[in-house]
Amino acid sequence: MGNVIGIGAAPKRKEDQRFLTGRGNYVSDIKRPGMTAGVFVRSPHGHAVLRGVDKSAALASAGVIAVLTGDDVKVEGLGGLPCGWGISDAKGVPMKEPPFPMLAQGKVRYVGDMVAFVIAETPEQANAAAELLTIDYEVLPSVVGVLEAVRPGAPQLFDDVPNNICCDWELGDKGAVETAFRKAAHVAKLSLVNNRLIGNPMEPRAAIAEYEPGTDRFTLWTTSQFPHVVRFLMGALVLNIPQHKLRVVAPDVGGGFGVKQFHYGEEAVITWAAKRVKRPIKWVASRSEGYVSDRHGRDHVTEAELALDEHGKFLAFRVNTLANMGGYLSTFGPNIPTNLYGPLLGGVYTTPAIYCNVKVVFTNTVPVDAYRGAGRPEATFVLERIVDVAASEMGIDRVEIRRRNMIPKEAYPYQTPVLVQYDSGDPMGCLDGALVAADVKNFGVRKAASASKGKFRGLGYSTYVEACGLAPSRFAGRLGARGGLYESATVRVHPTGQVTVMIGTHNHGQGHETTFAQIVSEKLGVSFEDVDIVFGDTDRVQFGMGTYGSRSLVVGGAALSKATDKVIAKGKKIAAHLLEAAEVDIQFEAGNFSVAGTDRIKSFEEIAGAAYVPHNYPLEVLEPGLEEQAYYDPVNFTYPGGCHIAEVEVDPETGTVTLVSYTAVDDVGTVINPMIVEGQLHGGIVQGVGQALFENAVYDEGSGQLLSGSLMDYCMPRADHMPMMKVATHSTLCTHTPMGVKGCGEVGTIGSPAAVINAVVDALSHLGVTHVDMPATPNRIWRLLQNASLPVAAE
Amino acid sequence: MKPFAYHQPDQIPDAAKLLTSIEDSKLVAGGMTLIPTLKQRLANPPALVDLSRLGNLKGITDDGATITIGAMTPHAVVAASKLVQAKIPGLAALASMIGDPAVRSRGTIGGSVANNDPAADYPAGVLGLGAAIVTSTREIAADKFFLGLFETALETGEIITAIRFPVPLRAGYTKFKAPASRYALVGVFVAKFADGVRVAVTGAGPGVFRVPPMEAALSENFDPSAIAAIKIDNDGLTSDIHAEADYRAHLVTVMAKRAVDAALS
Amino acid sequence: MQISFTLNGRPTTVDVEPATLVAELLREQLNLTGTHIGCDTSQCGACVVHLDGLPVKSCTLLAPALDGATLLTIEGLQGAPGSNQMHPMQEAFREHHGLQCGFCTPGMLMTAIALAAEKPDLTESDVRHGLEGNICRCTGYQNIVVSVMAGAAAMNAAKGE
Repeated sequence: MGNVIGIGAAPKRKEDQRFLTGRGNYVSDIKRPGMTAGVFVRSPHGHAVLRGVDKSAALASAGVIAVLTGDDVKVEGLGGLPCGWGISDAKGVPMKEPPFPMLAQGKVRYVGDMVAFVIAETPEQANAAAELLTIDYEVLPSVVGVLEAVRPGAPQLFDDVPNNICCDWELGDKGAVETAFRKAAHVAKLSLVNNRLIGNPMEPRAAIAEYEPGTDRFTLWTTSQFPHVVRFLMGALVLNIPQHKLRVVAPDVGGGFGVKQFHYGEEAVITWAAKRVKRPIKWVASRSEGYVSDRHGRDHVTEAELALDEHGKFLAFRVNTLANMGGYLSTFGPNIPTNLYGPLLGGVYTTPAIYCNVKVVFTNTVPVDAYRGAGRPEATFVLERIVDVAASEMGIDRVEIRRRNMIPKEAYPYQTPVLVQYDSGDPMGCLDGALVAADVKNFGVRKAASASKGKFRGLGYSTYVEACGLAPSRFAGRLGARGGLYESATVRVHPTGQVTVMIGTHNHGQGHETTFAQIVSEKLGVSFEDVDIVFGDTDRVQFGMGTYGSRSLVVGGAALSKATDKVIAKGKKIAAHLLEAAEVDIQFEAGNFSVAGTDRIKSFEEIAGAAYVPHNYPLEVLEPGLEEQAYYDPVNFTYPGGCHIAEVEVDPETGTVTLVSYTAVDDVGTVINPMIVEGQLHGGIVQGVGQALFENAVYDEGSGQLLSGSLMDYCMPRADHMPMMKVATHSTLCTHTPMGVKGCGEVGTIGSPAAVINAVVDALSHLGVTHVDMPATPNRIWRLLQNASLPVAAE
Repeated sequence: MKPFAYHQPDQIPDAAKLLTSIEDSKLVAGGMTLIPTLKQRLANPPALVDLSRLGNLKGITDDGATITIGAMTPHAVVAASKLVQAKIPGLAALASMIGDPAVRSRGTIGGSVANNDPAADYPAGVLGLGAAIVTSTREIAADKFFLGLFETALETGEIITAIRFPVPLRAGYTKFKAPASRYALVGVFVAKFADGVRVAVTGAGPGVFRVPPMEAALSENFDPSAIAAIKIDNDGLTSDIHAEADYRAHLVTVMAKRAVDAALS
Repeated sequence: MQISFTLNGRPTTVDVEPATLVAELLREQLNLTGTHIGCDTSQCGACVVHLDGLPVKSCTLLAPALDGATLLTIEGLQGAPGSNQMHPMQEAFREHHGLQCGFCTPGMLMTAIALAAEKPDLTESDVRHGLEGNICRCTGYQNIVVSVMAGAAAMNAAKGE
């Protein structure tokens, strides 16, 4: 045995060498012989009747090979983009699901909606030809906000979707909640907006498609988090390409955050077009194009009420939300503000009754779907904000009110009134750890120091839980999922003992090549260096659902763990034969098979060799070879969570909020690689800080123009926005995943917006400020201060 | 980008001739504004005239009562110049706040001044210091140079060769950065001379402008308190998704006070 | 037009349309795809290279500007001459987990190296401000800042040897 690097170690990442030396292999880096360039022509209008497209001038332009429109799609009878979830209202009536054609037909419904695809010899020629298309639009009024969209008389996106309502969804016991509210000593109320976000992975989306007439096979290289799902949705439901004739490759992908976990129209159009033009086609989005075509996230308007008894115990929670879906239903769209939102409204508290109503609404905006956290940051924000509002109104300390309502460690497993059952957790332990790490007891000193400089200092808490490890298929199926959510892994042991793993998750920054190799190294006792992880190619990997919902380690890692167990089990059979012992007497430890109580031993390499050179081998009862595959379907979600504490300083002169300190103590279950977990927490937290302080996708009502359509107007967090964060883990083990893992990809983003805004409100509370909508921009804070009801306290 | 011809003249008259003879041709200095415009196909010049080979447009000279900065001098050079730091530290500070390190490597003072972006930093320094814009044909006083949104007094074919800055007694620049673009949401340059104070504001409106009431107050008493109560009118100020006009007006006062503080420190 | 320049230490002559960005020239004509394009407004910094020793955004630089110049890209970084090592800044990013998806990394490295070369005793604040023109969506910047400080210290140590 060699250099085993196992669970809990922090080896440097295997994937870094290629990225550090500029030798990554992203889609836009790939060139194919005879490759052409494709450009999408997009609607400049938020809402318009598409009367026709005159292609003649474009077709006559230099280098142009083809121009395709929605009419061409229609002629071929191709399907629209499918939605992966079908939700229903309280009466069981299915959601309205209007067709989402891959190129617009009849109408355009958002700025960026695709109207035509121009293919030419070079990108410049394609761009030049695109400008020559004559597109006849009859411009209609747009509606971009959810409140406006459901008003009588609002522009209607679809003839058969009255009031633009896709689904009027609900969860929980409405009657029990009403009863509890009648008994309440206090009711806290809060209206809030969860701001619309744009994911902005640093690599813009891109695709290359190629058709080989000799084999009738298609290959699509795409910036995707889930190539097998793209193959299934696109092949089976859009283009009618048999699965075995379609290869989807997602090579190195430069960040995803959910934005790349959908099946996009661009993928279908370019694949279809590649066969028509019989040459490879490449499309690379510009950043600006990404802004009007990458699926957006969040965008809720919510009214929440919390009923409490006289001691501040939560009796019931009622939430009414309008959730923006944009112009069409994206792959997971309707699932996000419903199934990934309502069930999280229990948080880490013992609230006995919860009711949630979500109206899912179409508007003339880019389709909205999952963005890191997806539904759970929205739920956490509503809950953790209203807890602060209640504490303030009842004069109870914000930590104390949380303690009074927290689920004690001993109460797990804990069944909430909103479907989910938490298997494990210790929210009080996370809170206690964070209070110390954030040095909360000396906050008063720091606040006074800020005050002496004319600044307002505030502290904000967020004690939260999320549901991840998507997902138990049967449970998800009951909620409307139209596919399975298991994961698969193949462990291929080579004759020389090295290992190649084929896994259906996708690594785009999460360090899978390292973490998964650690699991194999630990379990099989092989060198860390002797394990390679293969992902992102439907021709190489058996199957998989991809990476999202903090599922890779939880679900994929479990499949991998199961597959290695199968390798060991088979190895024991081989060893029993070679060592002339009973199989039950064979032990496997530290890379060696041995007969219990003896010194008879065979190394892992020897067993691998015997499996592939089966001369002395039980061929009658055992197949040669050493390769095992496992599929794992989780029995429950996992429930990571924790406590985040933000500390901010507000400059009342300019309204600027500065995040001065940030502490997170999270329960992510077993930590495989602490270096990578910390990195995931850092990145997640800053995305949540971005939502709280900087990021906002703004549309112009009426025209439907995206006003924050570039990095010049959409503020991304930068290095100088952040202090050094303190992150730590306080883990309880998940009781149902093989290694006790819970997932860590999204926790940071889920916990942080509430912590930051609670801190901002705390900083301004002496002025009578009770809520600040996100993002807490300088202009917004200054305006609040202008309108503040109380005079500036002399501090 | 749409194709264009590329000229790299080594004499100013040649450059001027190219600009006048090729209709819609454009000058390129550092290219920090022009190139993004070309990339987005928002401009379609048939030819670019590159100034990088013209002699003597780079560098900073000490003329005693003034310092002269060649039009092709990059921001990073101005920011790091010992001479500028010693004589007009507020101007060196301004240059160090433009864009980011990569932008400061390439972007030039001449390009910035000629472009007159309403949120650019240099126009505030040039107007605040009452500099002279030296061109291929004449000298133009800053007060007569900036004419509004992206508009200047430059004629077709006229090329900025240098900016000449009078050395003030004190000067300071403070900028409230637009959160995303890092341009000035509001930037204020304050310069105190023997004969009075000048205050120039960028970012707040459609072009750089002076604030006479602040100038008068600071000429009496060069202290932040002198202008704390002076509010500028919201009318004509920019209102966008980042900042409403009244907030920009408020920031002008705050930034002006801080610029005075910077000048005094 | 024909331009000649030094690319990663090697004399290079190419025929190029003037309307070509250096980032495009590198990626499409010279097959050096380590320089990335992450935006179209010169904001993200994924494309930063060194032109005559200074950091510049190669997506906002026309190819003719290269004529007679010296260009260093991510592919040209190296450790001690003659060794197979990476540049100390690259090593520091690996050591301190200063990258996740890798897309912003080449630009971050080029900016970081220029920053460290310009100012030997970098503070955390210097680094954070110096990275103003480089956006990362994965790391939250924390480990990048740690990496840059460590890499700068290693560069100084190497210089002192």
